[in-house]
Amino acid sequence: MTRLVVDARRLLCPMPVIRVQDRVKGLPPGSQVEAICTDPGALNDIPAWARISGHKVMETRTEDGEYIIVVEVGPES
Amino acid sequence: MTKQRKAVALISGGLDSLLAARVIQEQGIHVEGINFFTGFCVEGHTHAIRKKDRARPKRNNALWVAEQLGIKLHIVDIVEEYKEVLFNPKHGYGANLNPCLDCKIFMVRKAHEWIRDNDFDFIITGEVVGQRPMSQRKDTMPVVARDSGAEDRLVRPLSGQNLPPTLPEREGWIQRDRLYGFNGRSRKPQMALARQFGLEDYAQPAGGCCFLTDAQYSVKLADLWQARGEKQYEMDDIMLLKVGRHLRPRPHFKVIISREEGEGNFMQGYRKQYVNLATKSHAGPVALIDGEVDDQDIVLAARLVARYSQGKTADQVEVEVKRLDGSSERLTVAPLSPGEIPQEWYL
Ligand code: SF4
Repeated sequence: MTRLVVDARRLLCPMPVIRVQDRVKGLPPGSQVEAICTDPGALNDIPAWARISGHKVMETRTEDGEYIIVVEVGPES
Repeated sequence: MTKQRKAVALISGGLDSLLAARVIQEQGIHVEGINFFTGFCVEGHTHAIRKKDRARPKRNNALWVAEQLGIKLHIVDIVEEYKEVLFNPKHGYGANLNPCLDCKIFMVRKAHEWIRDNDFDFIITGEVVGQRPMSQRKDTMPVVARDSGAEDRLVRPLSGQNLPPTLPEREGWIQRDRLYGFNGRSRKPQMALARQFGLEDYAQPAGGCCFLTDAQYSVKLADLWQARGEKQYEMDDIMLLKVGRHLRPRPHFKVIISREEGEGNFMQGYRKQYVNLATKSHAGPVALIDGEVDDQDIVLAARLVARYSQGKTADQVEVEVKRLDGSSERLTVAPLSPGEIPQEWYL
């Protein structure tokens, strides 16, 4: 399954969440979206959003001051 | 089988909308949340900026509320559309540049469009009669229902008993006697209800849900409009109004000076869009110039920035200036003395 990338660098919360939310819309379950963020708030907000939306956070990591969060689309999106 | 009725709740992240949604959930209605991002929301970016705020747990209150309620939350970016609301509010501004009544009408209208598109039945808000001077008065709450087009599909569970019965009450989807009759500015009934629901640790925003209720923020926004000769702004403008000291030494430019490290780091991100200054001989702030400047203006700005550096009492301070074309130069300047910085420069 392909992984789509959302570039949310320089965006401040809640914009990264909005970008991921809008990207995920309509994607089949199991698809993955990788968000690249610079606002550390995204480390809390994207997982919180994923929990309430029925998606799964597969990975979070920090690389060169950037935060990368991988979300897998849940069954009933 | 009776149809499962569905409602969308406007979730600001504060206690009232949390309670309102909960009251309706208790009546067996399927509730989802909607949250509008105007660009001015207190939520969000601020916590990424100031260092002292970084120590506090970072959370988006609207998402936290949705999680408490166990509901989905739809966050909608209305930054562009919101400009029209803010530039020309039909009902005017509140104490500052907050167009609360028009803002509420706009958000309820958007929610009304949303329920039509998504086959939901009604809208919930946490409004309380008499709670806020502009948008939540006995005479303005019907205006929100009418002008938004939501009419009697708009339910305010916390004040429902003080308002005419709505469609969901008349149709028997919800029971009026299980709504509340809160009224006035006291927060006690809400706090008691929160306890009853076992809710703790909720956010209690002081003035309102956005920066436009903040007097100092509004002064800076009004200054920006005046300097530009029109009511306009971009996302970067309204973000920068939240950080640093803003001083306007001349009508055609202002200087934004960081007050601490977190702000400095944040402002570094704008170095390519603004002429920027940093002291080199002494530790000091990061500064951006907003406006078109000539060499004389830059020297004045450099002297001002030097005043806010560790070298403020030194005879000379070295300041590096980076221009928009990528070139940079070092100036040696005398810091302005406090007497040379008129009060009117401070925004
Ligand atoms: S405080 Fe801000 S977001 Fe809240 S109603 Fe007023 S203008 Fe709208």
